[in-house]
Amino acid sequence: MVKKILSCLGEYKKYAILTPVIIVGEVIMETLIPMVMAQMVDRGVANKDMSFILKMGALMILMAVISLTCGVLAGKFAATASMGLAKGIRKKEFYNISNFAFSNIDKIGTASLITRLTTDVTNTQNAFQMIIRMAVRAPLMFISATVMAVLINAKLSLIVAVAIPFLSFVLYFIATSAYPRFMEMLSKYDKLNARVQENLIAIRVVKSFVRGDYECEEFEKAADAVRNAQLRAERVVIWNMPAMQFSMYACTIAVSYFGGVMIIGGSFKVGALMSFVSYILQILLSLMMISMMFVMLVLSRASIQRIGEVLEEESDIKDDKGNEELKVEDGSIKFKDVAFSYANDPGNLTLESIDFEIKSGETIGIIGGTGSAKTSLVQLIPRLYDVIKGQVIVGGHDVREYKLNNLRDEVAMVLQKNVLFSGTIEDNLRWGDKNASMNEIEEACKAACAHDFIMEFPNGYKTDLGQGGVNVSGGQKQRICIARALLKKPKIIILDDSTSAVDTATDAHIRQAFKEKLSDTTTIIIAQRISSVADADRIIVLDQGKINAIGTHEELLKSNEIYKEVYESQQKGAA
Amino acid sequence: MSEEKRNDYSSGSRPRGPRPGRHGGPPMGVMGGGPKNAGKTIKRIFSYMSDMKGQLVIIVTCIVISTIVGIMGTYFLKPLINNFIEPLIGQKNPDLSEFIKWILLMAGAYIIGCLATFIYSRLMVNVSTRTIYKIRVDMFNRMQKLPIRYFDTHTHGEIMSCYSNDMDTVRDMLSQSFAQLINSGINVVGTFTVMLFLSPLLTLIVVVSIFLIMYIVGALGKRSGKYFMMQQKELGAVNGYIEESIEGLKVIKVFCHEDESKVDFDEKNDKLFKAAEKANSYANIMMPAMNNLSYVQYAATCIVGSIFVIAGNIDLGTLASFLQFTRSFSMPVTQISQQFNAIMQALAGAERIFNLIDEEPETDNGYVTLVNANIDEDGNITEADKRTDRWAWKHPHHDGSLTYTEVKGKVEFEDVVFGYESNKTVLNGISLYAKPGQKIAFVGSTGAGKTTITNLINRFYDVPDGKIRYDGININKIKKDDLRKSQSIVLQDTHLFTGTVKENIRYGKLDATDDEIKNAAKLANADFFIKHLPNGYDTMLTADGANLSQGQRQLLAIARAAVADPPVLILDEATSSIDTRTERLIEEGMDKLMANRTVFVIAHRLSTVRNSNAIMVLENGEIIERGDHEELIDQKGKYYQLYTGMFELS
Repeated sequence: MVKKILSCLGEYKKYAILTPVIIVGEVIMETLIPMVMAQMVDRGVANKDMSFILKMGALMILMAVISLTCGVLAGKFAATASMGLAKGIRKKEFYNISNFAFSNIDKIGTASLITRLTTDVTNTQNAFQMIIRMAVRAPLMFISATVMAVLINAKLSLIVAVAIPFLSFVLYFIATSAYPRFMEMLSKYDKLNARVQENLIAIRVVKSFVRGDYECEEFEKAADAVRNAQLRAERVVIWNMPAMQFSMYACTIAVSYFGGVMIIGGSFKVGALMSFVSYILQILLSLMMISMMFVMLVLSRASIQRIGEVLEEESDIKDDKGNEELKVEDGSIKFKDVAFSYANDPGNLTLESIDFEIKSGETIGIIGGTGSAKTSLVQLIPRLYDVIKGQVIVGGHDVREYKLNNLRDEVAMVLQKNVLFSGTIEDNLRWGDKNASMNEIEEACKAACAHDFIMEFPNGYKTDLGQGGVNVSGGQKQRICIARALLKKPKIIILDDSTSAVDTATDAHIRQAFKEKLSDTTTIIIAQRISSVADADRIIVLDQGKINAIGTHEELLKSNEIYKEVYESQQKGAA
Repeated sequence: MSEEKRNDYSSGSRPRGPRPGRHGGPPMGVMGGGPKNAGKTIKRIFSYMSDMKGQLVIIVTCIVISTIVGIMGTYFLKPLINNFIEPLIGQKNPDLSEFIKWILLMAGAYIIGCLATFIYSRLMVNVSTRTIYKIRVDMFNRMQKLPIRYFDTHTHGEIMSCYSNDMDTVRDMLSQSFAQLINSGINVVGTFTVMLFLSPLLTLIVVVSIFLIMYIVGALGKRSGKYFMMQQKELGAVNGYIEESIEGLKVIKVFCHEDESKVDFDEKNDKLFKAAEKANSYANIMMPAMNNLSYVQYAATCIVGSIFVIAGNIDLGTLASFLQFTRSFSMPVTQISQQFNAIMQALAGAERIFNLIDEEPETDNGYVTLVNANIDEDGNITEADKRTDRWAWKHPHHDGSLTYTEVKGKVEFEDVVFGYESNKTVLNGISLYAKPGQKIAFVGSTGAGKTTITNLINRFYDVPDGKIRYDGININKIKKDDLRKSQSIVLQDTHLFTGTVKENIRYGKLDATDDEIKNAAKLANADFFIKHLPNGYDTMLTADGANLSQGQRQLLAIARAAVADPPVLILDEATSSIDTRTERLIEEGMDKLMANRTVFVIAHRLSTVRNSNAIMVLENGEIIERGDHEELIDQKGKYYQLYTGMFELS
């Protein structure tokens, strides 16, 4: 998992390696500077040797400059490496998600995918930055300070030998017991925020059911849970400071006493005592850093794991075996004993024993109640999902024989839950055909009955839609989506309840235009309204995932109960 | 030296794990503007701690103790060397008792210091979590009372950021900055005093160089801040693009648009990288710059100090301790300047939170309340303490008397003019009269004002007195909650909550039994699909019911309204995604439920409204036709055109 994520570094790998290398220089300087300081005091000041002080002073400034240079470079490289990692992760995730099949998207869920591309990346990037800056510094500081302490006075170093295991144990204990508590707190906090978000989205529901007080009570419970979880977590973490202080103070006292005795005995110097104390503190401090790093790594584990899942997720639909040369020749469609299940479970079928044939250029209507699997059926044609049994044959070949692009370029689908993207209307229409001329665009919009209302906007085709196409009404959006699909000039076009917000008259106009201009194109129309499908060549009636009947409007009215019932429900009361 | 190191540690961020907020933010103090009135905001934060005054006093005392012990640690070396070590050097049988006494004294002080640190940390956690809890609850409680208009004019993102980003900065301020500021403050003042006492001349050198360092650090910080703003902007662009493309991923795939979107994404991703790299570089440079500049300062002080020692101005021990103080002086000073940024940012966040809390709540001067009622044969109404399926308006009068009016669902609009913005009216003089037990339908194109009418009936928005009457009572006199309890609305956009199917339906009536829920679901024709869900009525719905189809969500929303069993029902495009056959079944169920009660129906689909008692055709905020289906067809007006498909609704 970690390896996979590190591979996202790409060209920034060298910075990730350089950072700790340069930090070595910084650490060495930081270790040496206190020694020079001690020399200044012990030899220079004590002997009132001005030239020595000046020499050491200059040396110290030089070292500080070197240390500064290293620090600045390391800081810059760390930023480049970690931001580069974030960029790489985002890119790899985005690319991989782009290759996902619908079933992959359904499995992880859009909201979760977004988090994995945003918050999780930020967390990982921060943890990574901290680690490349600390991973070398902390152990190195630990080692060098230990070496220095031993060099200065091996006997006194025994004090550190007691302090290190003590502090390590305490820090380890704190980190390991804080982790699950922090995770718990975060999940409670997520729930709390989710609750607020839900209340914001559904504020009208809350208000109209007069559930404000109820929601407040529930929120208080959630907030209290967060508070308790936070208390539990922080209660552990606050031991850090006193534990650190305790070790530090204990060492200072011990060093002062034993060191003092040695000084009195003549085997130790005042300046050496002072730098010894500072090395001990460096040792303890580096332990602290190691424990922080450990905590940080552990806390970002969840994010790393979630990103890894996205990177490792393989698309359920692959076309590596597809034939590059194979193009969809005509708009004929054939379903051969097709069964389909979203869960990939033969015991929980969404579609079952689907058998039918559509000739190229035919217009087919599909009618069925809520949940009768109309959408599932048509999604198999552009291979948005794979069948679990049987075959879907488009243009004479099994859909699995095509390259996905070759197949989908010829099968346009206007989805039920359709989306426009930020940008102008024209930008959106060009999704169908990048190089379409303005004439072609207008032509498509006229066929979709969109041209007139687009021209009524002050900026016409250049009207900006805003994120998610918020500036147009539902019916207008649907018509733009139809035009967008038409611009693809596909051999098969599928309208999945695409005119539900369009009134009957416009709906009829659109169908008329389809008939005139797209006579060679196979058209499949899913609709709630009988009038939308009545003049189709044939109509498929779906019921609970099975084909109930296929026939023309007149035939079905005569012979099919469901169709008759739907028809009557829409005619009842008409004058 | 001990002091320096301790600060070194505490200035590093405490491990607190990933932020749960949606988008990552800058590390500290570089985003957005500062607070408008810092003093007032601080006071307000402290007002939340008023019941914890005792704890606060202990906290401050302990911080002071802990800091003083820390300073003592630094000051410890001088007397140790001067008084107890140097005199004994070279003695054959040195008397260590004084030395040991001093060491033990120090040990005692240190233990007290550790204890004080522990106590204030522990109490601070109490105080900060409790304060945060109180502010949070206040904020949510107020949010629930805000008028719909507030939510129209503020984006969800804006409000959410008060709960996540702003709350996080306040939390960090309370649990970290507060203690650190006191700590650093005492350190600076204490160290400064001691330094001044040791050598005023050397102190001057230190102060001048500190200002120099702070100037450099400040310049770096400004740079970093500028790029953090840029990073934030680019992050917003990238995250916006991610959201849009993932939500529209299915469309992207249907159009084989993957490659184009990758190109767009790469471009945005690259811009973000550039800004983030610069911002973080400057931020990363800050610490080494500060550290190393203070080394330079140390060297300079040492050189100048030595000159003084040689000249005999100060003694050796004084210089030694002064040099210690030099190191432990620059640390807290830069720390304060850093903390200052963080605190300013937190105060700005707190200010935004308090602005929300201070937002004007929905005004409600209503005093007429809804009660369950017993109505005898003569029409006398008495209040009941149980649900009787009859309701009455309890109307207290100025003279202290009470009258009861039966809730029948009679709604009158008299020449109502209304606009969401003052300069744009949506309704232009609407008058209507709904008789109890009638089914009233509104049809008309988008923007004609259909939904607005229902928004006024339940007082999501207010109109001037007397324009709308409900059972003959001016609706502004009816308490909002009671008014809304008397109506169930199924809204155009169906919203479900995280929880089980059962819990979602129960939202309509919190004490509903499982049987009542099942009946309501059957009535709404939702029962059959609920039974097919993996766990039936106990299936969890997530993210606004994303695992259901639009039609199924609408069925659940109708069941939720049905279980409330209200006197008045409003269906706003409630069946738009439900097939007509199922719709008819629901209609039959609802007709049974709502017999003798009033139903308002808004629909696009004319088949939905056809069998209403009265159909109002709206256009440009005016009712242009009214009557039942037959009458309107006979009129051969707009409705007739709509019905026969001669006219287009958009």
